[in-house]
Amino acid sequence: MKYLCLVYSDENTLHSLPDSPHDSECNAYAEKVHGSGRMLAAEALQPVSTATTIRVRSGKIGITDGPFAETKEQLAGFYLVEAHDLNEAIQIAAGIPAARVGSVEVRPVRQLDI
Amino acid sequence: MPVNPAQHGHFQVLLSSLYQQQSRKVLATLIRLLGDFDLAEEALHEAFHAALQQWPKEGIPANPTAWLVSAGRFKAIDQLRKTSRLTSLPDDVLAQLSAEDVPDIEPIADDQLRLIFTCCHPGLAADAQLALTLREVCGLTTEQIASAFLTSPSTIAQRIVRAKSKIRAAAIPYEVPPPAELPQRLDNVLQVIYLLFNEGYSASAGTALLDISLSNEAIRLGRLMLQLLPDSETAGLLALMLLQHARRSARISSSGELVLLPQQDRSLWQHSEIAEGSELVQWAMRTRRIGPHTLQAAIAALHCEAPSAAETDWQEICGLYNLLWQADPSPVIALNRAVAIAMRDGPAAGLALISELEQLDELSQYHLLYAAKADLLRQLGRNSDALRAYQQALSLCKQTPEQRFLQQQIAALQN
Repeated sequence: MKYLCLVYSDENTLHSLPDSPHDSECNAYAEKVHGSGRMLAAEALQPVSTATTIRVRSGKIGITDGPFAETKEQLAGFYLVEAHDLNEAIQIAAGIPAARVGSVEVRPVRQLDI
Repeated sequence: MPVNPAQHGHFQVLLSSLYQQQSRKVLATLIRLLGDFDLAEEALHEAFHAALQQWPKEGIPANPTAWLVSAGRFKAIDQLRKTSRLTSLPDDVLAQLSAEDVPDIEPIADDQLRLIFTCCHPGLAADAQLALTLREVCGLTTEQIASAFLTSPSTIAQRIVRAKSKIRAAAIPYEVPPPAELPQRLDNVLQVIYLLFNEGYSASAGTALLDISLSNEAIRLGRLMLQLLPDSETAGLLALMLLQHARRSARISSSGELVLLPQQDRSLWQHSEIAEGSELVQWAMRTRRIGPHTLQAAIAALHCEAPSAAETDWQEICGLYNLLWQADPSPVIALNRAVAIAMRDGPAAGLALISELEQLDELSQYHLLYAAKADLLRQLGRNSDALRAYQQALSLCKQTPEQRFLQQQIAALQN
């Protein structure tokens, strides 16, 4: 099964808390997951101030500045992994260094009904 | 050979007792074999139905439980074959299910553990864990669960449906967690059991103080866990439940009023349960891996073994509360510790600690804090302060017998 691990954290403190991971640690963990053969993709994201939100209504593209929703914690990155079951996905998610300062939402990927 | 009605009745009695004793084991194994809760439940009922049809004619099989698992599995495969033409079930799934050689048809203890760990998976909503455990592990009906939680059967049914669909969609595995994850997951199972027990012990917003059946289910689950996976904290939890349960007849008077520990008639306590609980505590303490449940049970055992409230070993109880406070520094434990210290060192010492705790957000709305404070103030002769604290406790209390108790204290102080 594929799972998307969405990494959320408060952008203002993500890099400045005593437990905040350095980029090198994040990279090392991504390499480790890659080495286990479970990795499909993983990226860190620019802050939400760089976000642009698109909606298409009646064929018209609406473009607004900012994220989809204003929240206390923001999406900071993601891992798309292949795992046998939720417990395995939880183990991978728990190892993501940013989980120490933020939270990781684990969502199973839905197969499109085609 | 035709079966006469008397014989048929005999088989029904036999099967209904077999259902009570074995249906959860059979279900646990069927879920493993079939990989689906709903399919397994349907198969379980089909299997018992088949037994009622076939056993009177063919005799009772040598191993009834294995027969039921096997019959349930075949019924499910039949069902899948029929529907697979419509739903195009993958061939390999069907092939795997229909394989002639199924070595693990015998219900095993691990399947029951798998079922418990799956129902108590922390990825499920907390209230769904309780409902699912009562439904699948204890075999309670949706209506029974609803009445225990003072809610509607449709609410409970919805919780169970949501939990099952999350198990399916998120692929929550049907497994006993590996050693590295076991302590944390076991802790969650024990928490679910203790929540159930407390729900029965002091239904939080209901009119009846004791709902014996949920407490009994929790104790039964505790026994089952201890048998399946012997662990010191499991023993500690079972001991704690037994020791609290042993006092149930003394906790409410014949007129339905709450009776506090010092005033309880100790001859009403169930001494066989106290003995069993105390023995479990001693066993758990000897393992030297002593957790919060064991420490709470040890405190409960000291209360139960004391001939009277005055002769309770408060020195030892305070020592245990200090250990418990280190293991689990939660506000409610801090409050209980303050009350124990008041018993050892006098009301003024307890009152000083409680005044500090009152500043905590977690306790500022907790009615028992004000009830404890009022009791100590009264002991110090500060009756008007005590009255105010009792009134504060009453305004925060949601449970009818406790409200009546507080009203009585207020009335006594006003006279």
